[in-house]
Amino acid sequence: MTRKPLRRTSKFTDVQEEIQKSGAALYVDKDGNECLYIDFPYKISYIHSYAEDTPFFLGLAEGKILGTRCAACSYTFATPRKHCQFCGEPTEWVELPRKGRVHSWTTCHYGSEAFLKETPYNLVLVEFEGANSLLLSRLKDCGESDIYVGMPVEARFADPPKYSITDLWFVPAPGVLPERRG
Amino acid sequence: MAPIAGPDLASSWARRGIPLPEGLGGSETEPEQDNRYDPPNLSGRQLRCCMSPSGPKASRRRDVFSGTPTPSSPSRPGRRVYMVSGGVTKFAKAHPAMDFRLMCKKAFDAAREEVPNLTLDMIDGTRVSYFSDHFSRQLKAGSMVQDYLGLNPRGSVRIEWGGATGGECFQAAYEAVASGRMDTCLAVGYETMSRVATWKGNEFIALASDVNYDFPLGGFYTGYYALMVIRHIYEYLRRTKFAHIRDEREAQRQAIAYGTRVMAKVSVKNHRNALYNPYAQYPKNIDIEGVLKSEMVSYPLTREQICTMSDGSAAVILCSEERAKELTDRPVLVKGVGCGTDTMRLADRPFGKVLLMPHEKVSDYESLKYPGVHSFRAGRSAGLEAYRHAGITDPVKELDFIELHDAYSSSEIQTYEDLGLCKYGEGYDFVERGDAFLKNIDYGFEVPRAGTIPVNPSGGLIACGHPVGATGLMQAVFAFWQLQGTIAQHFGSDKLQIPNARRGAIHSHAGTGSSVTVSILEAVRK
Repeated sequence: MTRKPLRRTSKFTDVQEEIQKSGAALYVDKDGNECLYIDFPYKISYIHSYAEDTPFFLGLAEGKILGTRCAACSYTFATPRKHCQFCGEPTEWVELPRKGRVHSWTTCHYGSEAFLKETPYNLVLVEFEGANSLLLSRLKDCGESDIYVGMPVEARFADPPKYSITDLWFVPAPGVLPERRG
Repeated sequence: MAPIAGPDLASSWARRGIPLPEGLGGSETEPEQDNRYDPPNLSGRQLRCCMSPSGPKASRRRDVFSGTPTPSSPSRPGRRVYMVSGGVTKFAKAHPAMDFRLMCKKAFDAAREEVPNLTLDMIDGTRVSYFSDHFSRQLKAGSMVQDYLGLNPRGSVRIEWGGATGGECFQAAYEAVASGRMDTCLAVGYETMSRVATWKGNEFIALASDVNYDFPLGGFYTGYYALMVIRHIYEYLRRTKFAHIRDEREAQRQAIAYGTRVMAKVSVKNHRNALYNPYAQYPKNIDIEGVLKSEMVSYPLTREQICTMSDGSAAVILCSEERAKELTDRPVLVKGVGCGTDTMRLADRPFGKVLLMPHEKVSDYESLKYPGVHSFRAGRSAGLEAYRHAGITDPVKELDFIELHDAYSSSEIQTYEDLGLCKYGEGYDFVERGDAFLKNIDYGFEVPRAGTIPVNPSGGLIACGHPVGATGLMQAVFAFWQLQGTIAQHFGSDKLQIPNARRGAIHSHAGTGSSVTVSILEAVRK
C-alpha cells in the first residue's frame, strides 16, 4: 500500500489551505502535540417558510412596504409583527410610505462570509411617517461620507423579486446628495 | 401605575419579594415633547401598558388563586449561594490539541485544584454552556462534557442564551443551589470558534439575528453595533457637545470623530490591563492612534475595538453555605442576580420612558426616547434586578469593580449608562474622567479619577477573547479572584488586583442587547 504522507505544518494559518489541497493536515503545536485536521463540510438547503410574515414578502414583489398596526392600541410596526409586542392583540397589514428617513446607519467593510463579496455596503434603520418602529435595510447609490442621521431616503424594489428582504433597498431622495462632478 | 417602560417589572419584583426603592418609576407625569430633530412618529406614542392587572382577566385569576398573599420580604427566598472555586483555560485563537471536552476538563481541574476537599461525589450536577452548535458541529456537546468529566449519572442541562450564555449558565447554577436542589453545582462553559474561518464564524453569530428581516441584508454583528453607536453618538453628542454646529452633516461628522476617539480609550484600557493577565488572548500595548488606525470593520468601529473569536473554557463551582464551609475559608457570596431582555430586532425597540435607577429622576430624561436603538434596556433591567437583590442603591459607591461584556468598545460605554455608573448621555464624559480605569496602569493619557470603579480590570472581551459559552464564567472566575484577593497568585503579579475589593459585578450580554445578565459577588470576611 502506498500512502502519500500528510504534510506537517506548525503554522496554524496554513491548516485550512492544506486541507483544501490534500483533504487533511497535520498540525504540530509548540509543545510538539500532533493534531490531525480534516475537512468536514456541511451544506444544507432549508425549506424556509415565511409563515405569517408571507404578505410582507409578497408585498415587496408588488413594490409595497407593508407594516402592521395593532387593532387594539394602534401601535404601527414598520417591521411587521402579526401580534402586538405591547398588548398581544392581533395586528392588521398597512401599507407604509416609500419615503423615509435614516434613523441610524453604518458602512460594513467586512461581513459574514455570505456577504463578504458585497462589501462595502451600507446598512440603515429607516423611520417612516405613520409608523412607530423602524425597518432595517440597505442604502445604495451613496458612500460612507454621504450618509447622516435624518437623511431622506426612497425605496427601490427588485424586479424580478427573489422573495427576500433584499428585494427592498433605499437610495438617497432626489436632491439630497450634492451634484457629483465628472 | 408607575410609568415603567414595557412589561410591569415593578409588580413582578413585588410578587417575588424584591423591595422597590423610592424613586423607581418616578412621578406619573408625561414627559414633555421636545423641539429637537426627532422622528415624529417614533415620539408620538409612549410605551403602552395594556397589561393592566386590573383588567377582567386579572380579576378572574385572583378568584381562582385566592390563597394567602406572599409576604413581602427584603431578600429573595432561597438559600445563600457561594462560589468556592473557579478555573479557566488560556483563551486563544485556537487550541488545536484540545477539543471542547478536554478544554472543559482542564478548566474544571484547575477549579478543583484549589478546593482539594471537593470530591467528585460532592458535585450534585452541572450546567454546561456553549453558544453555537455550528462551531463544533456536534449536537448534545453538553452531554459529552458531562460524560468526559465523569459526572454521569447526575443531572445536567445545557444553557444557551447567545452572547450571555456564560452569564446565564452562572445564574442557572446559582438557581440549582439556591432552590435547594443541589448543594454543589458545577457551571462549565466553552466555545471552539477556531473550527471555522473567521468570516464563517461571523456568519454563525449573525444567524442570531432575525433570518427573515435582518440576516439576509448582510447579517453582521459588528454592523448592528455600529448602527447602535451611531445613534448613541447622535443622541448624546450631536445634541449636546456639538449642538452649536449648524450644519447637520458637519455636526454629525465631528460628533462621530469625537465619540470614536473616546471609544478608543476604552479599547486602550482593556488591551493594556490585559498585559498583566496571562489568560488573555490579545493583550497589547496599543495607543489611541493605533486603535483608530486599525482596519475599519463597520464604520465607525475599527478592528481594535472589537472582541476576537476564541477557543477557551471556564468553570465555576457554586455551593450552599454548609458545603462552602467544608471546602474553603475564602468563599465569595453570590449577593444578587438579575436578567433582562429586549426585542430580538433592533428595529422593534420601543421609544418610551427610561427605566430609572434609584438615584435618577424622571426629570433627568424628560426628552429622551428610550431605549431606542442607542441603549440596552435589557442591561438596565438586569442591573436593576441584581442591585435590588443585593441591596445596592448606588452602584458606583457600592461596587468596587465590574467585569463588563465589552464585545465592542462602544457597547462598554453604552453599558456604563445602563448599569447606572453615570446617567444616560454621560458615558463619554465618564470615560474622559477616567473612573473606569485602573490607578497603577499607564494608558498614555490622563485618567484623573482612575480607580473609582474599575471596569474590566482583566482586559474584558476585547483583550481576553470571547469564547462565548465560557465568557460569562470567565468573568465570574476573574471577579472571584479579585474578591479573594488572589490575583497575584493567579496572574503572577498584583498589578490588576483592586485593593480591598469587597464587591463586584459581572455582566453578560447577548444579541443586540436582547438578553443580559448581571450578577453581584461579594467577598466574605472572617
